[in-house]
Amino acid sequence: MTGAENLEMVGRLYHLPKGEPRARAAELLERFDLSEAADRTVDTYSGGMRRRLDLAAALVARPPILFLDEPTTGLDPRSRIGLWETIEGRVAQGTTVLLTTQYLDEADRLADSISVIDHGRVIAQGSSDELKDQVGGERLDVTLESKEQAETAIAALAPIAAEPPAMSDGLLRMPIEQRSGAIAEAVRRLGEAGVGIDDIAISRPTLDDVFLTLTGHAAEDEDENEGEER
Amino acid sequence: MSTTIADTLVLARRGVMRIVRAPDLLLAFTVQPIMFVLLFVYVFGGAIETPGFEYVDFLMPGILVQTLSFGGFATALGLAEDLKKGLIDRFRSLPMSRAAVLTGRTLADVATNALSIAVMLIVGVIAGFSFDAPLTHILLGILLLLCFGYAFSWFFAFIGLSSSSPEAAQSLGFILIFPLSFISSAFVPVDSMPAVLQAFAEVNPFTIVIDAMRSLFLGIPAGNNVWGAFAWSIGIAVVFAFLAVAKYKRAVVR
Repeated sequence: MTGAENLEMVGRLYHLPKGEPRARAAELLERFDLSEAADRTVDTYSGGMRRRLDLAAALVARPPILFLDEPTTGLDPRSRIGLWETIEGRVAQGTTVLLTTQYLDEADRLADSISVIDHGRVIAQGSSDELKDQVGGERLDVTLESKEQAETAIAALAPIAAEPPAMSDGLLRMPIEQRSGAIAEAVRRLGEAGVGIDDIAISRPTLDDVFLTLTGHAAEDEDENEGEER
Repeated sequence: MSTTIADTLVLARRGVMRIVRAPDLLLAFTVQPIMFVLLFVYVFGGAIETPGFEYVDFLMPGILVQTLSFGGFATALGLAEDLKKGLIDRFRSLPMSRAAVLTGRTLADVATNALSIAVMLIVGVIAGFSFDAPLTHILLGILLLLCFGYAFSWFFAFIGLSSSSPEAAQSLGFILIFPLSFISSAFVPVDSMPAVLQAFAEVNPFTIVIDAMRSLFLGIPAGNNVWGAFAWSIGIAVVFAFLAVAKYKRAVVR
């Protein structure tokens, strides 16, 4: 069946009033950027188009709560961002979305409230910022020109570090108390100590860091990381 | 009840649509029966003795019944495919009649079966088949064919829900029905078979339905065959509808 017929059928099975299934199908196809493909059979759709049609089918009856189980798994980056925008749009209109995902950056972007599940147990809960704060605040990453200068660099930066700097593979990493002026201060100190810098940046921990810290291992297939959004 | 009927029609439309959209699938309901009629009339027919009948007259009721019993395979394929693709789960999430998933499918088969009957009768008449019965009997015969076909749609619904894949469903259905339809009075007179097969053929519902068809289309005395044929059709439908529904309930949870 075509995309339009599929949505119409779902509308009929929801027992929408006469005429409404067709109108609703057209509206959803338009919103999900599928109008041009409306009269093509679903066999000819790409993975991303199918996923969007799936989501459209879920929205036919305007549900107040939407459960999405790994909605972007296997999508190309463009479709993925398109789907994110759609989900954000639904949330902006007041739909509550509960979605599960393997992709922590997806949870980070979409979710107001995140539950991290590892081997079937909730191991952490909270907003993205709250979770990140659990593994520490901002940190300074410095890539040195030469690994031999590691000792000197650690000594030079220790006074401005919140915790002692750690060095691995030419990358010096240290938690900092405050963001403002941190880079300028670090560059000045390293310059005075005669340490060459390849790259320097302030970064926040990602949810990947959170997961790794909390579980001691990387996110695996059977682990579901659940984002909840209001 | 009214939602069951409405939902059944929505899903029957889907089933018919699928066949209209895939003309290659339509071959199974049109070209394949034609092929069998021509094959039996012109290739095997000359070698088969059917005392009292032209072979084409003997054959048509039998081959119609056989074709109709296979007509429901679209239900088996469709259900097996829907299960595999997770569509059944999606239907479960809708506030629709549960039964409609099965009744819609089987109803769609009635449409394709009617098409098969029309195509085969036309080809049969061209090949020399002639009715020898009042119009009411002919119409009753067509109704019997549709009932028998519908009963086997439920058989196929059960097979489709019991199989691991559409391919398995198709071959399982074939293995079960093929011997039943051949060890009957469909293609050769039963008394030409070895005694063991003869005994089987005589109680085979296919024989009963085929003999009823012969009496309705060719005007030979039917005895209780016509009622027996309808009773078998209804019985098969009820038993397999029951089994299919039970299987469906379990299939959707797995």
